[in-house]
Amino acid sequence: MSANVDRTNDLAAARAFHQRLRRLGQARAPGSLLGAVLEELGLRDRYLSLQTPIGTVYVAFNGLTISGVAPAEDDASFERTFRARTGRSARRAEEVPADLLMAIRQHLAGESVDLDLDLRRLSEFERAVLLKAREIPRGEVRPYGWIAREIGRPGAVRAVGSALNKNPIPLLIPCHRVVKSDGQLGEYAFGPSMKRTLLASEGLDLGRIEALARAGVRFVGPLSDEEYCLPTCRWVRDKAPSELRPFASVAAAQSAGYRPCSDCRPAALVG
Amino acid sequence: MDDETLTRALAADLDGTFEALVRAYQDRLYAFGLRLTGSPRDAEEIAQDAFVRAYRALARYPAERVETLKLRAWLFQVTVNVARNRARTRRPAEVPLLSADGDHESVVERVADDAEQPDQVAERHDEQDRMAAVVATLPERYRAAVVLRHMQGLSYQEIAGVLGQPSGTVKSNVHRGVAYLRAALDAAGVRFGVPEGTADLAAGRA
Repeated sequence: MSANVDRTNDLAAARAFHQRLRRLGQARAPGSLLGAVLEELGLRDRYLSLQTPIGTVYVAFNGLTISGVAPAEDDASFERTFRARTGRSARRAEEVPADLLMAIRQHLAGESVDLDLDLRRLSEFERAVLLKAREIPRGEVRPYGWIAREIGRPGAVRAVGSALNKNPIPLLIPCHRVVKSDGQLGEYAFGPSMKRTLLASEGLDLGRIEALARAGVRFVGPLSDEEYCLPTCRWVRDKAPSELRPFASVAAAQSAGYRPCSDCRPAALVG
Repeated sequence: MDDETLTRALAADLDGTFEALVRAYQDRLYAFGLRLTGSPRDAEEIAQDAFVRAYRALARYPAERVETLKLRAWLFQVTVNVARNRARTRRPAEVPLLSADGDHESVVERVADDAEQPDQVAERHDEQDRMAAVVATLPERYRAAVVLRHMQGLSYQEIAGVLGQPSGTVKSNVHRGVAYLRAALDAAGVRFGVPEGTADLAAGRA
């Protein structure tokens, strides 16, 4: 009898013991853990919006860097665009780091600022295209083929176009400064008229470059010089048409005794 | 979201899914770290590190490997490695409960040596806390195995994978660990299956 009671007690005690052990495995993680993990991995994207010459522009950022930029009508449409481009969701920032805001403003105003950009999820090729586009100075444009040649993939002109179209950080990576080889402005992820507005806001003379494109002029060489340039290169863009010699091709410029400008690099530099 | 759905989603879209993985596992990895170290702060750091490492590993793995991952056991494995690395690189004084060479002294002996220990343990306002304190004194070679088996509900085979030990070793460590715990709880005056307040009577210490 007493032995049975003992055994029953033992069983109950063993069960209680194991129940309590299981309960020890049920602690709740502190509320800060999720945010800390996502922040460290650059998976917590927040965004702010700015008024710019082309309307409201949204800028998303995370623990790593700036992760997305787009003009948008409202928060909801930016969130859709951001998700489509990065696969992540973003929320409006409650607080915006002041130095980040300053850097973005300066960058958009054309000052040179060292801003880290988040280019994960892109292939090596896409990254190379975007970093090259980032080198195009404000107020100038370059053809798609120029990027392809500069990154060592001269045959990949079409692929350059699709890489630019996937640019997660437009404006800060100025893919709007890349145009068709014949000088026409070409397409833009946010529409051709947005591209015109942006380029005009950067001081580009749209009337002039479109007139040159219509006339079949791809390059120009100053009469007083022996280097030929892309028409928006800083060495030639302010010169009057009477001071410039127009060329329809690299071959034409070269047979006239011109060599490519080392700034805008209209063709592969030799040597 | 169950583990299979999670691994499929992780393989297809790591960045878009990782938050769901953290939400699904944060309590478990934190609780695991807490029972391994006995310290809420260490547990939070270990869990955070473990998720960060898990993310970086998943980013490297090919999709087929992510899809077929035994997610639960793998995450505990990552966490064990983080905890071990921390214990190795820290000064022993900072991690008295996870000393690398193990703790061969039994709690029963230690209780006998140190008159304050039972009082300190008994003073904890809640039986759960007292139990947690005793678990924290488990020698390291038993602790992870006991915690994974009895608190996280992993099978012996899963634990063998997590700890990189043969199943038999895991089994005997779990059994020894449990025996150790029961003896230690007994010594600390924690009883189960008897009404609260009579434990001391039962122990003949009233």
